[in-house]
Amino acid sequence: MARPTKTPASIIIHYDEHRLEVPAGRTILTALEAAGVRLVRGVGCRGGVCGACSVLFRVPSRSHDLSAGLMCQEIVQNGMEILPLPYVPQRKVRHDLELAEDETAAFHVLHLYPEVNNCIMCKECVRVCPMKIDVMGYVGMIKQGDLKAAARESFTCIGCQLCVARCPSSISQPNAALAARRWYGRHMEPKAEHLEKMREKIDSGHYAPIMRRLRLLDAEKFQALYQRREMEPDDAPPGTWLPDDRCML
Amino acid sequence: MTILPDFLRDSAKKVRTTRETRLAKRQRGETFERFSLSDRRALIREYHPDFREDGHRPLAMGASRDLIVPTELANLLEAWPRPKIASLCEERATLPPPDMATDILVIGGGGAGCAAAITAAEAGARVMMTTKLRLGDSNTVMAEGGMQVADHECDSPAQHFLDVMGGGHFTSDPALVETLVMDGPGVLRWLEDLGMLFDKYPTGRMKVRHGGGTSRKRLHASGDVTGLEMMRVLADRAACLDTITVQPFHPAVELLTDDNGRAAGAILEEIPSGTLRVVHAKAVILATGGFGRLHLQGFPTSNHYGATADGLVMAYRAGLPLRDLKDCQYHPTGVVYPEKLAGLLLTEKFRGLGAQILNRHGDEFVFSLEPRDVTTAAIIRECGEFANGVRLPGGETGVWLDIPMIDYIHGRGTIEREFPGRFKEYLRMGLDIRQVPLLAYPTLHYQNGGVVIWQDGKTDMPGLYACGEVTGGIHGHNRLMGNALLEILVFGRRAGVAAARFAASSGEARNPGIGHLEPFLEELAAMSVPRERIAPRLLPGYGRVPHY
Repeated sequence: MARPTKTPASIIIHYDEHRLEVPAGRTILTALEAAGVRLVRGVGCRGGVCGACSVLFRVPSRSHDLSAGLMCQEIVQNGMEILPLPYVPQRKVRHDLELAEDETAAFHVLHLYPEVNNCIMCKECVRVCPMKIDVMGYVGMIKQGDLKAAARESFTCIGCQLCVARCPSSISQPNAALAARRWYGRHMEPKAEHLEKMREKIDSGHYAPIMRRLRLLDAEKFQALYQRREMEPDDAPPGTWLPDDRCML
Repeated sequence: MTILPDFLRDSAKKVRTTRETRLAKRQRGETFERFSLSDRRALIREYHPDFREDGHRPLAMGASRDLIVPTELANLLEAWPRPKIASLCEERATLPPPDMATDILVIGGGGAGCAAAITAAEAGARVMMTTKLRLGDSNTVMAEGGMQVADHECDSPAQHFLDVMGGGHFTSDPALVETLVMDGPGVLRWLEDLGMLFDKYPTGRMKVRHGGGTSRKRLHASGDVTGLEMMRVLADRAACLDTITVQPFHPAVELLTDDNGRAAGAILEEIPSGTLRVVHAKAVILATGGFGRLHLQGFPTSNHYGATADGLVMAYRAGLPLRDLKDCQYHPTGVVYPEKLAGLLLTEKFRGLGAQILNRHGDEFVFSLEPRDVTTAAIIRECGEFANGVRLPGGETGVWLDIPMIDYIHGRGTIEREFPGRFKEYLRMGLDIRQVPLLAYPTLHYQNGGVVIWQDGKTDMPGLYACGEVTGGIHGHNRLMGNALLEILVFGRRAGVAAARFAASSGEARNPGIGHLEPFLEELAAMSVPRERIAPRLLPGYGRVPHY
């Protein structure tokens, strides 16, 4: 399935003091590679979720803005000047998710990252975020102790650190958000009771004889059993439907 | 308002036209007919890339001689060491003294590596994690769909066992599968305790969905960024433990073994400098992931930049047997349009929620939730022999994934809520997936086979453990969606426990070195393997040669 390559019009970009002629219509990442640049740092999943390929860029003919994005997502433009930002020094606090009795999770997160209080609301983090997250918004939510809202708002954060690079108050927003989500998840989100029940059922040895029986079935009977599986209806309300044959439960 | 280019518009219109009929059919509870087991087999044999003879060859040497594997992989398994290692071998030089020493060396910084490192460190071992790129750069972070765990009332590990075995065409190692399904609920609970967030009802009950080949709704997700959420939680936990040190940009290029044939560390090669670093360890855990970036048969891939089979190469040189490597997973729905995302995934969760796969006439031609290899073969047939694919000006073909159908079934707002990451991503590109279907074609997604392991992640070499995509046997010839995220945690944690126990009881290795390479190199010479064939490859060759 070789893909026929078209020869699109080429444009000029500026990278690391080099003037490079690259094919138009590509992402910065594949355009650089097409020009013979072999990247080691500043490239990861190539699919917009790992945050390795952060980049600052400017397109003088378009606007005076310093823009930010991901090299695997941003399309090259003529005259674009780019600076990959593979690493940003950030503040990261070690913690173990253990909560003292007189504390709340929200208080603890604020204690880990007190610099969220220094936010001057310049909104630069919101402007540069490639995931269009309301970064300043969730910083405010952490400040106010609303971890649930902060967890929801920051949920698609890929940790690209562009907001960290641009924050005049030296906040490491993604790390504060990660702490907020984990402390919320551990201490405030309701736990799944059915999961705990299943775990206990397994620990009690309930499934050992059932598994043994399955493993001893000859191939033909086992395959027949597979073919006869009852399918849980797609629209069955959670935790209500049960199969007719319950010997596997 | 989304506007598709001319060459797609007519066909996309047909998708819209047939949608009402398809919706009505669905509401009557009717689905496109599923294939019988024998039809499945015939379809796969005829159309799946695994069965293309020119894409495979038997291994000519080593512990798994005669095992049929993809040609690209065979050429790496039968290859010379990297130049600096080769010169160490030629001079028969004694290795330089170790740069670092640790109890447990974990090679790989994805989900399996992190789970292993965390568990080993919690068991009291000193752990060093060495990764090719950064901690967390892996296929784990890219997983969107979810994780299978049997935890609801209508479900059980036994039912899960049945689904895994059947999905893998009854070729999996039953003992490994039993471990996988029985450990599942415990692992999920562990994640809850680490503060990982899942889609839940307000009562705490997990939201679950069907995936291809499941008989119960058992896929647990975190929006459409399940892997990202899992990876950042695991990496954070690893970073919070002071007995774990991380060496980023230090891929391992060779294992060390001692006089008694036991694993004793590894040689790392810093990139891009090429500096070698020797690490001594009492036990080694191989968690290097898969081989998607080898672009088997020229297929695009959904894998991350570092997926180049390094672990298989190192393990094979150390004499470990491999299995099921002929069988690759081509995810049925990789992106064809928009072109700049070619190869990336449109998660199976779209189909789990009702998005159907359609040909250029807007008609269904396969039940959307068949096991992945069946769907893949059906799409290749539809686009190839039946010529019912949608063709792009560049020659690529694809089939429609009717994502808007989801909002028709579950109500407006569902797509935006269930796929926040993807929804925003496509919107930025001017595509509103609530309104337009996307074009898809199979993409190289997962390495089903790998190093042979036992239930605790142990390999045939004392002191060497393996977990995650680098291993084989759990999924047999075909993996069901949602079992990879489960596998990396179940076997990562088990490998961590077993390696910590081994390290605590085994003492120091004697004369760690690369003596195990000698017979391997002799065999290479005897076979006149060309000298320019070098492995591990570490990174794909992009930037040196133009690629699509």
